[in-house]
Amino acid sequence: MTETIHTDYRIPIKFGLLAGVISLSLSVIGMVELFAQRDLVAGVITLGQVILFLAPVTLSYLAAGKAPPGKTGTALLYGFLTGFIAALPLILLVWLSESFNLRQFLPNVSPALIEILTFGQGPVLGSLTLVGATSLLGTLAAVMYFIPDRYSEPILLGLMWTLIIGMFSEIMNERIRFFFGSGFAGVIFVSKAMRPIVALIIFIVATLLSALWLRRGDRFKARISGSSTLQGKRARWVAIGVAIVALIILPLLLGTYLSEVVNNVLIFALMGFGLNIVVGFAGLLDLGYVAFFAIGAYTMGLLTSGGDIGIAGMSFWIALPICVTVAVFAGIILGIPVLRMRGDYLAIVTLGFGEIIRILALSDLLRPYIGGAQGILQIPKPFIIGNALIRPDRFYYVILLGVIIAAFVSYRLVGARLGRQWMALREDEDVAEAMGIRLVNTKLLAFAIGAAFSGLAGAIFASKLTSIFPHSFNLLISINVLCLIIVGGMGSLPGVIVGAFFLVGLPELLREFAEYRLLMYGVLLIVMMLAKPEGFLPSQVRKRELHAHEDTSPVSQEG
Amino acid sequence: MRLRLQYIDWIGLFLWVFRAIIIILIVWGTIATLLDNPYSTRQWTDIVIFGIAQGSMYALIAIGYTLVYGVLFMINFAHGEFFMSGIMTSAVFIATPMAATGFLDRQPVLSLVIIGIVAMTVSVGVALLTERVAYRPLRKAPRLVPLITAIGASFFWQYFFAGLYGSQVVPFPVPDGLEGAISMLGTEVLKTHLLVIITTIIMLLGLNFFIMRTKTGKSIRAVAEDKDAAALMGIDVDRAVSITFATGAAMAGVAGLLFAGVFRQVQFFMGFFPGIKAFTAAVLGGIGSIPGAAIGGLVLGLVESIGPALFLEGLGIPAPHQLKDVIAFVMLVLVLIFRPQGILGERLTEKKA
Repeated sequence: MTETIHTDYRIPIKFGLLAGVISLSLSVIGMVELFAQRDLVAGVITLGQVILFLAPVTLSYLAAGKAPPGKTGTALLYGFLTGFIAALPLILLVWLSESFNLRQFLPNVSPALIEILTFGQGPVLGSLTLVGATSLLGTLAAVMYFIPDRYSEPILLGLMWTLIIGMFSEIMNERIRFFFGSGFAGVIFVSKAMRPIVALIIFIVATLLSALWLRRGDRFKARISGSSTLQGKRARWVAIGVAIVALIILPLLLGTYLSEVVNNVLIFALMGFGLNIVVGFAGLLDLGYVAFFAIGAYTMGLLTSGGDIGIAGMSFWIALPICVTVAVFAGIILGIPVLRMRGDYLAIVTLGFGEIIRILALSDLLRPYIGGAQGILQIPKPFIIGNALIRPDRFYYVILLGVIIAAFVSYRLVGARLGRQWMALREDEDVAEAMGIRLVNTKLLAFAIGAAFSGLAGAIFASKLTSIFPHSFNLLISINVLCLIIVGGMGSLPGVIVGAFFLVGLPELLREFAEYRLLMYGVLLIVMMLAKPEGFLPSQVRKRELHAHEDTSPVSQEG
Repeated sequence: MRLRLQYIDWIGLFLWVFRAIIIILIVWGTIATLLDNPYSTRQWTDIVIFGIAQGSMYALIAIGYTLVYGVLFMINFAHGEFFMSGIMTSAVFIATPMAATGFLDRQPVLSLVIIGIVAMTVSVGVALLTERVAYRPLRKAPRLVPLITAIGASFFWQYFFAGLYGSQVVPFPVPDGLEGAISMLGTEVLKTHLLVIITTIIMLLGLNFFIMRTKTGKSIRAVAEDKDAAALMGIDVDRAVSITFATGAAMAGVAGLLFAGVFRQVQFFMGFFPGIKAFTAAVLGGIGSIPGAAIGGLVLGLVESIGPALFLEGLGIPAPHQLKDVIAFVMLVLVLIFRPQGILGERLTEKKA
């Protein structure tokens, strides 16, 4: 068995090529160039460079982990080689673009991209710099592997926080200027990016805080949650109180633009709560969820619009319950045909329903009634005591109310009889039926309640935008909502909010992300299912279920 | 017990009424159209031939769904992207330069073969990569999990190729030799449509030979029958699954070439609707059955092209062609409700799905 001790050059070659191909792909699809427009630390590093080097660094770290135990030199060599090889595909791209006009095939291989890859130093010197940079970073990543967790974890966390603060520096700059004046903001930021010295300070502070948290955090957590039940209960009420106050004053802190972002996040969270019931609790994969959103929005439009298409001219608050009722009926009507379908068939058929609704809304057939491609205009905003809630920081409260209702209903349902019936259904339909659960009722209730939340979200959405068009209701909305509950954790309620924030809020805050949003959703869905199928904030039941197959011996698939 | 029966009756009644309404609408529309007769015989023939060509392409794509479903019992949601990736790449790197240099018109047959082979190769590559990364590690996971990765893979490839080649529509050059129509069987048939139909027949015969007569085909059938038993017989299951994906993707690659030839353009989004339609075709014919996929594709293509003219127009619906896609989806729903086993298939929705 002496061979295993020897250095195996296949490992760094494999990892390096993989890293190189990933970085190359990110470059040729235009991500690196677009992201390079966002400076993280002024004049030092851009987001483009971060995503360019992310794969080489990560894979060097992993390659170092593959070295035989105790062989520090081998591990460092692996890291170095991985980094070195990772640069080669990129250099190939640089040289190819020097001799051919690659742009006629790949529109994103622009001079700007080549300049980023060569650090603006021409092909020869630039290639050398690139190789040097990836090799150095690869070696550093390998070094990180040997630093004890006690030190490396705070450093990584510190880097992460610096990165995050750097990404949002444009928005923070604006807020800090608003509250403390531009003089103070100018100390921290220079033209949308952090000053290097500030970045260093943030890194050091974040590292120290993380170190402190990692060492003392457990004790702190134990004091909050454990001690005695009475104290725990009181602490919980205090926490809820603080959260409510924070939610109420939030728009005052955020200003108009960020309130608008939060509103979009909350509308998706509202839909997320609904889909969470259908997919997360009852296990019915519904890809046509946008249908109910559309139905809610169109009902609101028809009932309240002051334009030609409006039929009733109702006020928002009177129309709202009607919209929800209509959505519930739609949920039941569309639910009946799919009652007997399972899993993947259900997914495709519901996807079909979503598309049917969209195509019908777009068609000339229904044009006289719901406006066709021109949509419905002049939908009024809601009034509260004579005041129209026009600005996003006011409209926020309407959405917040909806989200709180949805969250409360979901929270009460999880532990209730119905919630447990749904979960039984999700685990095994036949067994659930044998246990006396009425499949028809239980499934239809899941569809109906899910549709109710979605219809509510749609009605609010229509009033928020004051005009709706069939193109707003495409499949991507369903996929978006599905992604956010998967990322947050299927069946988990805090997960919905967190998922909505990451998948809806981030792309709105960072325009670059919005361009590649669907690409990233795709990757995210695959990576989540491979690595963490229960999501980031999993519900306990779901976690057990998804990891059950790992404990048992392999069994055959059909059944 | 009485309560339960009541519920079943109620649902059954709803479905019965639903079916009756659809049948009445179709019959009414057809009669109204036939009495009014807005189209000439020549137009009807054109519609039917277009339907057959469209259906042939659906059939080729549907093969991929059916093969993968037969082996893994999963709906490969990303199959439409295999279809798109091959012809997109081939159009950008091969077809456009060929047309620019005039090679396409000088050597039309050779060019089409090269374009087709490149498209097939890329489609197969994308399929193998997807299978390896997104499906293989999850073969023993709950059924919903690979379906979600498949949706992820679908979106990933769509927007990856959108980023790679740009999201605009790329015109697809067709050799001059394929322009125009030829007379046969007393009518004019567009040459591209003829090419589609002939290529599909050749590909289907080749596929049938591959699956039924070769040793590799036999191993695929064995794995589809029972993976564990096949493994015990010394069949490399992973390899058989990879070959299944590759075969489906190769068919999709050829379908991509035909599709581009008929519609003269390619775009990153082009795989999505044909993908869903082809899945409908596979379900229609009975998923898991190869002749079923072929027949399902043909039926769907015909219904989709004849449908708007035949029964929607008679109902007095304005611009019935806008509702073409609705017909396909409604057919999918109807088949899954009333005949889930499809035209030629075993009953699957409840047992294996």
